Amino acid sequence: MTRILPLVAEAVVSRRGPRVLVGPVDLSIDGPGITVVIGPNGAGKTSLLSLLHGTARLASGKIRWACPIEDARHEQAFVFQRPVMLRRSVIDNIAYPLLIRGVPKRDAMDRAHEAAKRVGLGALTRRFAPRLSGGEQQKLALARALIAKPQVLFLDEPCASLDGRAMREIEDILQIARTEGTRLILSTHDMGQARRLADDVLFLLHGKLHDGGPADTFFPSPATPQARAFLEGDIVE
Amino acid sequence: MKRILLGTAFLAIATTAHAEDVMKMAVTTSFNNSGLAEVLLPEIREDLDLEVQLLVVGTGQAIKLGEAGDVDAILVHSRAAEDAFVSGGYGTHRTEIMYNDFVFVGPNDDPAGIEDAEAATEALQDIAAAEAPFVSRGDDSGTHKMELNLWKSADLDVEGFGDWYNAVGQGMGAALNTAAGMNAYILSDRASWLNFGNKADLGLLFSGDPVLFNQYAYLPVNPEKHPHVQTELADKLEAWLVSDRAKELIDSYEIAGEQLFVFNAGEN
Amino acid sequence: MVDIWNGISQAVWLMLTLDPELVEIAARSLRVTVTALVVACCIALPLAAFLAVQRFRFRRAIIALLNALMGLPPVVVGLVVYVILSRSGPLGVLGLLFTPTAMIIAQTVIIVPLIASVAHQSIRDLWAEYHDLLISMNVTRWQKIRTLLWDARRALMTAALAGFGRAIGEVGAIMIVGGNIDHATRVLTTAIALETGKGEFGLALALGFVLIGLAVAVNLSIHWLGRTERGDRW
Repeated sequence: MTRILPLVAEAVVSRRGPRVLVGPVDLSIDGPGITVVIGPNGAGKTSLLSLLHGTARLASGKIRWACPIEDARHEQAFVFQRPVMLRRSVIDNIAYPLLIRGVPKRDAMDRAHEAAKRVGLGALTRRFAPRLSGGEQQKLALARALIAKPQVLFLDEPCASLDGRAMREIEDILQIARTEGTRLILSTHDMGQARRLADDVLFLLHGKLHDGGPADTFFPSPATPQARAFLEGDIVE
Repeated sequence: MKRILLGTAFLAIATTAHAEDVMKMAVTTSFNNSGLAEVLLPEIREDLDLEVQLLVVGTGQAIKLGEAGDVDAILVHSRAAEDAFVSGGYGTHRTEIMYNDFVFVGPNDDPAGIEDAEAATEALQDIAAAEAPFVSRGDDSGTHKMELNLWKSADLDVEGFGDWYNAVGQGMGAALNTAAGMNAYILSDRASWLNFGNKADLGLLFSGDPVLFNQYAYLPVNPEKHPHVQTELADKLEAWLVSDRAKELIDSYEIAGEQLFVFNAGEN
Repeated sequence: MVDIWNGISQAVWLMLTLDPELVEIAARSLRVTVTALVVACCIALPLAAFLAVQRFRFRRAIIALLNALMGLPPVVVGLVVYVILSRSGPLGVLGLLFTPTAMIIAQTVIIVPLIASVAHQSIRDLWAEYHDLLISMNVTRWQKIRTLLWDARRALMTAALAGFGRAIGEVGAIMIVGGNIDHATRVLTTAIALETGKGEFGLALALGFVLIGLAVAVNLSIHWLGRTERGDRW
């Protein structure tokens, strides 16, 4: 398996019409760990994730992986704020990425059952996925995203509308994925979650990378007054 | 899903297989409605091991089908069109088989008083004078052409008729249905009338004038125009149609005790 | 009223005695229409999915055209197919005119736009739902289409049933291209037209009731199949 990291972004910009959604941003991400993207609403967190993942059009700049972009696409997954459920059973949802990659059906099903158990959906495998609760759906989305063992997993506010218990279960799953070597890039507006999960922090403001750094230095002493204000819960505009 | 597909494919392939020869013949609605076909076809099948598939259409369309080569032979009753068909090279020849006759059907109380008419033309003049509702086939069929010729011989111009004259542009049965619904007069071949199931208040009012005789002729399609036509089968069928066996079946065919067709092959 | 009762009793009688002619005609109706439906689905469903996921220049025009063609007059289809399949037409050498195959072709042409339009609506909605996920998973176009067709199968079944209903009840086109030949191309609708023409309203109605019964039976059995699937799994 080819390594796709490091990821290097050079002056990347995403636009919708004349409006700049995010950028220009320079960053590089390497090795295991969790990168947490924070910033006020509209700062461009979602746009940045889509841009790095390759589903948003790059208006200018460059994104480089350690391998050709097409190979890199297969080693990534994305979890949305509002999980998309295929109109199938839970198990068929989880197995889907494997079947897409041509894994034999029986093999795929075995692995999917395993994955369902790991995220606590073992008892619900025959259920129709769109009828699951919000927390169950997000756990399904995680199991589905992780089943093909991606090297990089993007998560866009995965716990935005979940209660505390579901959030903790999901964070546990994320920690396991991290220790197994998946690089996580996660956006959140929950500073508690950010502090619990982050190894690195990217603080976005007005579409630009305003501040950031290793979690253990950023959280106690952010370099910019805006980041400090944001961490203290003030409104930053 | 696969099973459904396979099953359907099987159904599609398993069309009823016919061991014997098959030919197509266009016939007029009036012939088919007479019921004679149901007597003749099984006998033909038995005697010749030949399945004749009938396309039941108006004379106009029957001629067209022959011209296009979509059938192997036609059996129609419209002299002028038949002659044009042969002289145009579409048919090899024309063989008269039999005739039946046309009758005037109308309301039982006969408002135009055609029952006492001396001739077919007089009956039409009565209807036109009374402006009694009249249904015309209006579909360029043999029956329609016969009707138009009769109006012409009665010195009447169809174009100038008022709204009592209804050209429905449909087959004999549909036209009879319309006449029954409107309680109108109509020219029908005797067979269609006798076999017609929805007579309502209509009755047979006038018949017997020799101009109303209706000659059926058999015309094989010319293989020089259409090499794929089954001339051999068409010839076989023709030989059967003019045989004594056919004569016996045709002459003895009756509906409600009335003979419908008179076999006259080889007489003219 | 007399005709209707007469028709119902004749219909019951014909079915109870399994009248061989009726069975033959009804079986042919079913065979022609089901074949046309399968062919039409093989064309219309992938087309509908393709139109939903693929952006290209004439996409909107094609969708509008399909919608317009939903109301295609069967008689016109019949006439066009007739002219094409006639011995003097471009495909005359195939000798298909006045065969069940010609009827299948005509019915297919009639129902493809209907099935494709109805299917496109539901696939488009599903695609809006799946778009981000499938794009993120970087699936191929063919995988996209397969996923959408499979997950929309319930709605597609409805589209197919609409096509079935239109095809089995169709008379104008198949009368022209089939010719209503006894024991060869006579189906329920053309037989009804024939018996009506003969003034045999009772028999015509009886055939009509058989036709309605057939259509209802097919619909019910498909729905029943759909429900068992749902009951089993979810």
